[in-house]
Amino acid sequence: MANTTAHSEHSSTKRIWSVFIILSVVTLVEVILGIIKPQFLTHTNFISLSLINWIFIILTIYKAYYITWAFMHMEGETKGLRRAIVWTGCFLILYLVFIILTEGDYTHDTMMNSFVKWDF
Amino acid sequence: METTLTRTGTEGKTWGGGNEPLKVSYGKLMMWIFLLSDSLTFSGFLASYGFTRYYHSHTWPIADEVFNHFPFLHGVDAPMYYVALMTFILIFSSVTMVLAVDAGNQMNKKKVATYMFLTIVGGLVFLGSQAWEWKNFITGTYGAVETEGGNILQFVNSDGERVALADFVTATPTDRAQHTRANGIWFTDEPDLPSFAIEDVIASFNANPDLLVRTTENIGVHEKRVLSRSASVAKLEAEAVAVVEGANLKRNEYGPKLFGGYFFFITGFHGFHVSIGILLNIIVFANVLIGTYERRGSYEMVEKVGLYWHFVDLVWVFVFTFFYLV
Repeated sequence: MANTTAHSEHSSTKRIWSVFIILSVVTLVEVILGIIKPQFLTHTNFISLSLINWIFIILTIYKAYYITWAFMHMEGETKGLRRAIVWTGCFLILYLVFIILTEGDYTHDTMMNSFVKWDF
Repeated sequence: METTLTRTGTEGKTWGGGNEPLKVSYGKLMMWIFLLSDSLTFSGFLASYGFTRYYHSHTWPIADEVFNHFPFLHGVDAPMYYVALMTFILIFSSVTMVLAVDAGNQMNKKKVATYMFLTIVGGLVFLGSQAWEWKNFITGTYGAVETEGGNILQFVNSDGERVALADFVTATPTDRAQHTRANGIWFTDEPDLPSFAIEDVIASFNANPDLLVRTTENIGVHEKRVLSRSASVAKLEAEAVAVVEGANLKRNEYGPKLFGGYFFFITGFHGFHVSIGILLNIIVFANVLIGTYERRGSYEMVEKVGLYWHFVDLVWVFVFTFFYLV
């Protein structure tokens, strides 16, 4: 399946336009959700994040997947290159985000619950 | 000749040398490696933005209130529409870029040139939109007051609608002139003076019984604490120290000081990437026009700048989510 030749003679415009439609629809869904903000999504928490934020983040990663795989043609690269780039990025970023957000939450709790005055 | 070579038994195998195990050219591989490191830089910025947002989660501004402008719709509350439009522009310029790459694979010079041109136009429109967004952010809409502790106090009427300083403050005549470099005894100056003095704001607020103070404190989802009239007057008298209009690198009228800093820094760094992308696109576009890649027999350079351009789009998708949606 991997299209490794630099000059594939057949055109893939159909795929490009279908990915464009997917990206547009997902963005539209995000914007509509962001404007109407349904109560049951904003007020329901799941793992210390509201459902609407989970939806936004998952849709964002879904879009990132299509941009990388279709537009940047990652789907046509060899397995080695794909893993070298995608896995490295994903693991490092997940680790960084986990550590830093945990610290941010802790810092916030410290400010709110200890003898620190912030509203004056 | 054959006998003088040392045989390793790995000839023709993946790591036997003389081949490209990843089946990409050096330039493309290095572009991927660069993009990986660049994505780590951006995720570092976004993660530290996340840290600050968690840290200030009790006072973080509501994005819909800050970014609610749309061209030619003055005073209309239009949250999200403008950034959504910007996102579409950038996604569409990504589409024309990938169409240019596709045309390059078929060695169709004319089509490559057309699509490259459209990509550059899309990039310029996006950059212009970002400049307009910055202009609104820097100018501000309502103005606010800063407390001794560095918090922001905003003004609302009894219906809870925001009220701009200009709508209720009557300025008393003042002799205070901005100190500039030209007339100092040393080469020092001071920032622009706000439109109103803090004393005038407090006096006008006290004279207007309809007005209330809204703090930046979040109570519940997308809701800020509004003080009672007596508490508002007392808080202003006791704590207000300065008038804040719009945003700069030190303070902003929207909320925590770091909010402005992160907005400028992250969208600015992204905008810088877009500018570089446009520059690279223009260079490649010129090379397409004069037939460089036609003579070279390969349009791979279009593919390489294409990777960079898609990456810029990719980053924007995340910036869009974390600044405007979440």
